[in-house]
Amino acid sequence: MVNDLSVDLCGIRLWNPVIPASGTFGFGLELADSMDLNDLGGISLKGTTREARFGNPTPRIAECEGGMINSVGLQNPGIDVLVNDKVPALRKVYDGCVIANISGFSVDEYRECCAKADACEGIDIIEVNVSCPNVHQGGMAFGTSAASAAEVTAAVKAVCRKPVFLKLSPNVTDIVSIARACEDAGADGLTLVNTFLGMRIDIARRKPVIANKMGGFSGRAVFPIALRMVYQVAHACRIPVMGCGGVASARDVVEMMMAGATAVQVGAENIRNPFACPEIIAELPVLMDELGINTLQEIIGTV
Amino acid sequence: MEKRRYTILSNTPVAAGAYRLDLLADNSEFVPEGEFVDVSVPGFFLRRPLSICDCHPGYLTLVYKVVGQGTEALSDMPEGSELEVLTGLGRGFDPEACRERALLVGGGLGVPPLLLLAKRLKARGKHVTAVLGFNTADDVLLVKQFRHVCDIVAVSTVDGSVGVKGFVTDAILAIRPTFDYFYTCGPTVMMKVVCQALEGPGEMSLEERMGCGAGFCYGCSIQTINGPRRVCKDGPVFKKEEVLW
Repeated sequence: MVNDLSVDLCGIRLWNPVIPASGTFGFGLELADSMDLNDLGGISLKGTTREARFGNPTPRIAECEGGMINSVGLQNPGIDVLVNDKVPALRKVYDGCVIANISGFSVDEYRECCAKADACEGIDIIEVNVSCPNVHQGGMAFGTSAASAAEVTAAVKAVCRKPVFLKLSPNVTDIVSIARACEDAGADGLTLVNTFLGMRIDIARRKPVIANKMGGFSGRAVFPIALRMVYQVAHACRIPVMGCGGVASARDVVEMMMAGATAVQVGAENIRNPFACPEIIAELPVLMDELGINTLQEIIGTV
Repeated sequence: MEKRRYTILSNTPVAAGAYRLDLLADNSEFVPEGEFVDVSVPGFFLRRPLSICDCHPGYLTLVYKVVGQGTEALSDMPEGSELEVLTGLGRGFDPEACRERALLVGGGLGVPPLLLLAKRLKARGKHVTAVLGFNTADDVLLVKQFRHVCDIVAVSTVDGSVGVKGFVTDAILAIRPTFDYFYTCGPTVMMKVVCQALEGPGEMSLEERMGCGAGFCYGCSIQTINGPRRVCKDGPVFKKEEVLW
């Protein structure tokens, strides 16, 4: 019996549901020499803004039990370089689903960047980051209120023909209400969750480890919280969900899908193991046999 | 970049808080390339980037300092246990940049990666002078190994317990080496002083807290005269004139 790992995401067929999460896999090309990228169901590219950004001062990384904090601050070359250079170069070596991840500091910026991503031939899905907790004036404000998340969704949907996913922040009191607001504003799907705002202190220096003081916590430790949010949102909304947060094994992928995720993003695990995604994909058929699953699509939302 | 499993042949103290870790690869034909390896320490989320001190086919020597809980745990790992290591990381020193005479300036745990460079320079027939700086006699390491491959080796200690009393710059003043290119690795403040004190071209190996170690998380970026660069992938070695101090 051949296992069918493929899933349908807004009409796009992914040959498996495993996608490296934005910010944990660069623009894909950085890893093209080390693995066959075509093993991957999709790739969510590094978060991109209108202008090029250097990001935050270093240290940008702090280790934690079961995870890490990052405060890269959206370092990226800008949307024009993404659509003119990065995506065409990736397309020479990658045939799967390419997801552009867009951040902005104003509704206008989101609209302008998403329109450019929508016009770029190599991009299949647009993922709008309204949740990045790293940047002082940015994302956080949009993702933490249902009204502003809906405002961004509507603005972006007005200029895009491709599927638009809203990537939500977990640092909110009621993620379901924000998810519903995005759905009502026309979102084609949701990615959840982004990182959890966290902090570490160097007790010898009596200073925060991260130069920017706080950053986004992610890694295996957040998996149960992310899973719970995916479960709640997937059962409250009709649009597909990409589950993200602490996924580190094929078992986690299956768990996320049973909770309601159509595809599953792997984030911090890539940082500790650059081969995490291909390893998880190789594990999946073995686990499917063990669990008596023939087609992965059939387990979505079965819990 | 490749993920490999190595067996620990020995893991022993070589100076105060510093350990020499000898590793045997699963494949004896395999020659690790790159400037550093990223070592997975059981029980810790992120890997530890450790510079390569010496390498032969299937055999790798790393020298590291215990600076936190991860390297502490690494120092407790016994002979015979296995380590998972990412190899082929980083752009290292360029031995071709030196025409005839090289000056190597190392400080503390910046000394070990210069040994591999010294061997590569020697193999190309270059004359090598090494100036190695430490805090005190207890910290001195690898001097004998440097004497095997270098024409001149000068040592400085801050307390004067070995060699010239003072910093590497004092030792450089004392021996007045002739060189057409310099290479430096050590604490940032030392490399900055070395770059300002030495005329002529050179390069240095920078250190930054890393995430992935392979250039895709952008956790260790610095600004250079050529724009943003990743220490782990575009470096860790950068030309003197590239770095904005």
